[in-house]
Formats: sequence, C-alpha cells, structure tokens
Amino acid sequence: MSKTNTPEGTESTEQEAGAQLSTAPVEDRGPTLPRLGVIGWVRWFWRQLTSMRVALILLFLLSLGAIPGSLIPQSGTDPLKVTDFQKAHTTLGPLYEKLGLFHVYSSVWFSAIYILLFVSLIGCIVPRTWQFVGQLRGRPPGAPKRLSRLPAYATWRTEADPEQVRTAALAMMKKRRYRAHLAGNAVAAEKGYLREVGNLAFHMALIVMLIAFAWGQLFKFEGGKLVVEGDGFSNVLPQYDDFKSGNLFDSDRDLSPFSFTLDKFTATYARTGPEKGTPRTFRADVSYNQGADGTSKKTSIKSNHPLDIDGTKIFLNGHGYAVNVTVRDGKGKVVSQQAVPMLPLDSNISSQGAIKVMDGYRNAQGKKEQLGFSAWFVPTFAGAGKGTMFSQFPALDFPVLALNATHGDLGVDAGLPQNVYQLDTSHMKAFKDSQGKPLKSRLLPGETMKLPNGAGSITFDKNISEWVTFQISHQPGDTWALGGALAAIFGLAGSLFIQRRRVWVRAVEGPDGVTVVEMAGLGRSESAKLPEELGDLVGQLHAQAPSAPEPEPSTSPTAVPAAEGAETK
Amino acid sequence: MILAAATNENLAHTSNVLIYSSMAVYLLAFFANMAEWIFGSRSKVGRTAAALTTNAEAGAAASAVKIQVKQKNGGTAVLERPQVVTRAAAGARDVPDGPGASGGDEQGDLYGRIAISLTILAFLIEFSGVLTRALSVQRAPWGNMYEFNLTFSTVAVGVYLALLALKKNVRWLGLPLVTTVLLDLGLAVTVLYTASDQLVPALHSYWLYIHVSTAIFCGAVFYVGAVGTILYLFKDSYENKLANGGTPGRFATSVLERLPASQSLDKFAYRVNAAVFPLWTFTIIAGSIWAGDAWGRYWGWDPKETWSFITWVAYAAYLHARATAGWKGRKAAYLALIAFGCWIFNYYGVNIFVTGKHSYAGV
Ligand code: HEM
Repeated sequence: MSKTNTPEGTESTEQEAGAQLSTAPVEDRGPTLPRLGVIGWVRWFWRQLTSMRVALILLFLLSLGAIPGSLIPQSGTDPLKVTDFQKAHTTLGPLYEKLGLFHVYSSVWFSAIYILLFVSLIGCIVPRTWQFVGQLRGRPPGAPKRLSRLPAYATWRTEADPEQVRTAALAMMKKRRYRAHLAGNAVAAEKGYLREVGNLAFHMALIVMLIAFAWGQLFKFEGGKLVVEGDGFSNVLPQYDDFKSGNLFDSDRDLSPFSFTLDKFTATYARTGPEKGTPRTFRADVSYNQGADGTSKKTSIKSNHPLDIDGTKIFLNGHGYAVNVTVRDGKGKVVSQQAVPMLPLDSNISSQGAIKVMDGYRNAQGKKEQLGFSAWFVPTFAGAGKGTMFSQFPALDFPVLALNATHGDLGVDAGLPQNVYQLDTSHMKAFKDSQGKPLKSRLLPGETMKLPNGAGSITFDKNISEWVTFQISHQPGDTWALGGALAAIFGLAGSLFIQRRRVWVRAVEGPDGVTVVEMAGLGRSESAKLPEELGDLVGQLHAQAPSAPEPEPSTSPTAVPAAEGAETK
Repeated sequence: MILAAATNENLAHTSNVLIYSSMAVYLLAFFANMAEWIFGSRSKVGRTAAALTTNAEAGAAASAVKIQVKQKNGGTAVLERPQVVTRAAAGARDVPDGPGASGGDEQGDLYGRIAISLTILAFLIEFSGVLTRALSVQRAPWGNMYEFNLTFSTVAVGVYLALLALKKNVRWLGLPLVTTVLLDLGLAVTVLYTASDQLVPALHSYWLYIHVSTAIFCGAVFYVGAVGTILYLFKDSYENKLANGGTPGRFATSVLERLPASQSLDKFAYRVNAAVFPLWTFTIIAGSIWAGDAWGRYWGWDPKETWSFITWVAYAAYLHARATAGWKGRKAAYLALIAFGCWIFNYYGVNIFVTGKHSYAGV
C-alpha cells in the first residue's frame, strides 16, 4: 500500500523468518492464466477459489446477498405479505419471483454463494491442516542472518561464553513453554501454536454448523394447532391447522407418535404499577402420552419453556378466550353448543370472532338455514355507558360478549377455505330489531339474546374457556449446530487472542573475543506485546550473562548492530 | 398499591431528570474538549512531515525506519537490562504519534483533564439515570429504543473511560465520543422517548439479559472502533499527502498532527474490533438459542437475525482482509466502516423500517 522506502532486504529477511508463522496461504498476485488444457483450467479455478482474495469476495457477496431477504417479504416467513406485494407490484412481482427474491435464502444464487464459500473453506482448511501438522512435526526455523532487522531486537556483549549463553537461553525458552531447539549458533524458539489450532477449529466449526443447519432444514417440520381447554391433539398430519416441512421430511417416518390434552391454561397479569396488564405467567397444564400407547404424564408448558417429546418441541405460542355458546331454534331445541375461539386484537385481549351454525337449524318457517354471529369479546369491560368494546384488562374481570346476528348462507360449501374468525356476509341477511335496525346486543355470561320473530336464541354460557395455540416443531441437528457454534467461539477467541511468535537468541564470539548476544522476536503483524515479552526474556538472560564492560569505541560495527539506522533513546 | 405506582412514576421522573442533567454535563465536557483542541492549536507540531521527509531523504541509507523504545528496568539484574529496539513491520510507514489534543500546551492539557473529569461525572449521572429507569420498570432497561439508546451511550462512554483507566492512549477519542453521545441522547429524549412501559412475555427470559446486554456492549465497542477507523482514514490521507510532497490545509494540519499516527489508529481500531468479534459471535448464538426457546426455531431469517448475520459476515470479511497481505490499510478500513454501518442499520433501520418478530419494541 503506502510507498515508504523499505530498505533492501528488510522484507525478505522478515518473510524468511516469518515463513509458516501462520498457515495462511501465500497470496499469489494477480491471476496468472493457466496453460491450456482442462486440467490446467480446473487447477487454476481451484487455486482461485481457495485463495484468500476469493474467500473475501465470497464473504462480501454473502452479506450482500442476504440483504434483499430482509427487505422484501419472504414466503417462508410471511406468505400473506408476499401475496399482497405481488398484487401491489404487478411489474416487480414476477421479476422478483423469477429472481427468487421471495425466498432468498433457498434461492439458487444464494445457495451458490454459500456453497462456493464452503467449498473454498474446505479447500482452504485441508491443506492448512496438513501444513500445520507438518509444522508441529518440524522445528521452528533457524535464526535469520540479520536479527537486527526484526521488529523487536536487543543485543549486548557478555563475558560468558557463547556455548553457555545458548544453553541458558535454550533452558529459559523451554521453561517458558516455547518449542525451542539449537540451530547452528542460535536458539530458535516458537510459541502460540494454539492460535492456529483455534483458527482451524473455528473454520471447521463453520462447516459443522452449515451441515447441521442444512440437515435441519431438510428434515424439519413445523406446525401450529389451536387447542381449547379440554381438547386434545395427536401428532398426525391431518390434526394440524398449518404445517410446513423440509424437502426430505416424510410424515410417516418423521412424525413421532404422541398426543396431549390441554387440561387448563392459566395466565396471570400484573394488577398494578407501570406494568399493569403485563402477563406474569402463562402456563398450559397438559397431559401427554408418549409413543403409541404410553401412560399419561402431566406437565406444564410455559413461554420460553417448551415441552420436548422425542426431540419434537411443543411451544406455547399464543392464547385467547373461547366463548361457549348455546344456540336454540324457535322451538327451544338446542341446535348447536360450541366453544368458539376469539381472535385477540390487542394486549388486553379485546377479541373478535365468528359463531357459525352450519346445520341443524331450521327457521321459524321450518326451512333449513344457516346462522352467523359476528362476535366481539372483552374479558374486562369498561362498564355500561363507557362505550366501546375495548378491554381494560386481559383477565376475566368483567367479560362481555357483543353479537350481531345474521342468517342465510354462510358460503362454507363453496369450497374456499374460510377464515374461522370472520363471516362471509355476502349471502347473509341481518336480523332486524323492533325498530328495523340490525339486531345487536351485549351479553353478560349467562344472558341470552333472542332472535326476532321466533327465530330462536343464543346464550352466552357462564363458563368461558381459554385456548392456546401450540407450535409443534422438530429440527434435527440442532445439538450439532450448538456444538459447532460453541467450538467456533472458542476457536475464534484462540485465533484472535493468542499470539504466535518466534524468538531467536544468537550468541557468537565477537572479533575481540567477547561474546555478542543478540535476541530478536517476530510475531504476526499486530504484536503489541512482543517487545515487552522480549524485554522480559532479555532481562532474564542478561541476569545470567551480564554485560561486559564497554569496549573502546573503535570496535567493529557488527558488535553493535543496533546503531545501524536505529536510534535508541 | 397506589403507593407503589407512585414510587415507580417518581423513579421514572427521577430518571428523566438525571438523563437531562447528564446531557448538561456532557455539554460542558464537550466545551472543555473543544477548549483543549483550541488551546492545543497554539503549539506548532510538525512531526509527521518531519518524519516523512527525513524518511524520504534517508532513502538510500541503510535503514529509514524510526525507532520507539521500550525501556524497562530489569527487576533482579544488577545491571540495567539491554534495551529492546523495535521497528515497524516492513513496508509500513513509520510516523510518530501526535501529542494529543492539547498539543503539549499546558492550558490545553488542563482543559483536557477537566473534560475527562466532566465526562466521568456525566457518565455517573447517566448511569444512575439508566439505573433508576430500570428500577422504575422493574426490569432491565432494554425494552425499547429510548432505553436502548441510553444504555448504548452509557456503555460507549464506559468503554472509553475504562480504556483511559487502563492507561491506553485514547484521549483523542474524547471529543468525537462526547459529541456523538450528545447526539444520541438528544435523539433519545426527543424522537425516541417512550414512557416507561411493559414488556411482551416473549422477553421474559434470562436470555434477554445475556443476549441484549452483550449486543449493546458489542455495539458500543464497535462504535469506538469505528471512530478510530474514521480518524485513521483522515490521518492516513494526511500522511499520504505529506509523503507525496503535498501541503495539507492549516486546519487539517493542526488537528491531524495531534492525533496518533495512522498506524496506531489503524491498530487501535483493529484490536478493538477483533477483541469484540468473538463476543458478537456469542451474541448471535445466544440470540438464536433464545429464539429456539421462544419461537421454536433457532434461525429463521427474521430481519434482525439477517442483519446480525450480515454484520457478522462483514466483520469477518474485515478480519480476513487484515489477515491477508494485499488488503491492509484503507481497503480494510472501508470494510470495517461498512460492517459498522450494517450494525447501525440493524439497530435503527430494522427497528424503524422493517417489520419482523423483533419489532415488538415500538420506537
Ligand atoms: C465461511 C466463511 C468464513 C468466515 C466467517 C471466516 C472467518 C474468519 C475470521 C473471523 C478470521 C479471523 C481470525 C484471525 O484473524 O486470526 C479468519 C481467519 C482466517 N481465515 Fe477465514 N473465514 C471464512 C472462510 C475462509 C475461507 C474460505 C478461507 C480460505 C480460503 C479462510 C482462510 C482463513 C485464514 C487463512 C485465516 C487466518 C489467517 C491468519 O493466520 O491470521 N477463511 N477467518
């Protein structure tokens, strides 16, 4: 980068001494075109793919490629929004569809980026591991000729003889847990191999995580089920309200047999303070059977505490109230008695829903008809005269049900899937009250709303149930993903916090017969502590081989190489 | 019961007063920092140019590399231990660090010290503000962006003060940090203010404490790193200009001359970013463990998750760039800034513009 004047030789000395201080591949500058031939091209392509430069570009592309998925609605998370988007953008929609932008993370191009990255990663790890094993088997390289060129350097003259100094140095380095050996007239020592171990572990852990994640995606399933208190669920496909699964999921093989019943749901809320109305506890007490015919066990499921049956997790996802209503026809015969789940609209559980009487009802004229009631429910009503149907508190303090009554054809036979919380009123007629206005009324528990002209009645029963939506999901491989993640953190910490460094101690007899000791250290580029560490080592060795009295100024320059271009203060 | 509510409201009110007071003190600290820079401009320092020109002239000499000496007196040795001579890595420009904002000017230095004292005071006040806020809502103060902003700036200042306490050369961070903390708090109390409020039940988990606290901490540290990176870019252009024989403007000279050398700033930024990267990795993993417990899947490409991932990959790219020879210096610095930009977008952008499971906080 910057063009400072590097004295001849500095770079090469350092490169030679620093060789294999990391297993990072040497960057070959610029793509040299291969000789013709398939093998030549393949080899060239492979070298490019596993180079650091390309790894960097792929990493960059990966983060760039992840962006659209966060800004454009994704069919995986919110299919409704995707449909809305496609309706609103008639030109962009199809284009996005083609580019896979509604399912970025499973699109061809996104997969291509990360698969290339991981191929590159494997192509990088394998040779690096071998290289590292080789380094562990070998010994730290011998001292470069001119130690004074290295980033940290010290020298002094001593009367101890060279042999003695080297022995002392070797012992000292070994004691400090350096891998050290005597090479020629110098001790070569190296420490911090764990950095490389950490780095390799980190990159391998990334592969483990990816495989675990891919495995999980292929075999996972995830479904939702609304259960009213007293009702149950058994783990077979038709029982789910909604269900999503990975490509290799097989419902016969992968749905483990279990069933459960929701005995009771309890929610408590803060009654005072700034957090008034905040849920304190959500608890679903369930009885469950594991296996085809196991014995029933009792447990409770709370938010953040799923129930785990054979690796399938059952989460408490949402809750609300279900009103029990009894509908009678004109003759007083009960035609329907049902618990109708209401959809919560706010945090105080003001809810909305639809009560549908599909069959069994005959109107005053004895003709078959369907009934539909739009319902609003609040667990805590503000009080008469205080108007609106907005709940004041999420618990059942003052429950009120408001109904609009209609009759006609609910349109359920049209074959279109219906929203259970809404009425399709296109073929329904409102009942009218005595003033000719649409019939509506607010009921307290136990109260009954009479339909006009002997059309029957609807009773808001006293027992109000709660319902819970459970999310039932299974994602195999998550323990592997977690293990990989933890290994990645530790590997990363090792790789970033451990310094790999080399120290050389050379002791030779100077021309005047006095021993010259030189010590130098070299670390990876960001080595703040290296000079300090070298200082300590110098101090220790110096204590064993103290400085000789200063020679006359005319001694040869090699004795004091520090003077060469380097100023000391 | 009413009493309890009143206490809570009192606490919330106290918290607001404390936050405003801390802003006032930060403002004073800002002026003191400015004074340090202004008084410091009286000193004439031209060390960078000197170093670079002597370098150029000494090109033919055996070595042009400047030396910085670590001098430690050996403990048990009778004689003073030999000095360790250090030199910059081959190919690096070797320029001494600037003298700091005060430029060696005594009055400037005095103001600098006052600025630090005021910053400490403001930090303590702000910290109490955050604490009372937490007490008033009886939970960790990380429920919405207002609280998030408060905690964020408190932690950033805390990191700065901790580095100072560790005797690191970071006084140059003072002015930019205090300025942005003021902006951050200003934004918090005007735009983002939310009366103390409740949390949705999905947040009732100890993972909230683990995941969110590390997220805030990482953000604050990344921020400190980003300030270092930006200053590095300025200083590096300045040095480049000088090295190429150009004459930078007087203002630039006065300011940049007093900053540490570009090398030092670059290293500072790298160390800060590298040190916190494993924690950021942990933050994401903790988040996905929590998501696994709360939402039934540990990774679902929710916008917040996606942007954490993007940020993570961007920082990984930066670290890679540093580990590869050809990409040090400015290019790597740009990557670091992009990575920090991703972090900021994850925090502001995703909360405000994108809806996802994480948008519970309101603004
Ligand atoms: C999957 C995406 C990858 C991620 C997230 C990633 C992340 C990282 C990180 C954070 C570091 C910094 C650790 C340090 O500075 O010591 C690092 C270092 C390194 N990475 Fe990767 N990496 C990825 C893929 C690759 C690939 C494909 C290669 C090979 C082509 C590679 C080769 C290296 C090398 C050689 C180092 C260490 C250089 C040194 O010795 O300091 N990485 N990686």
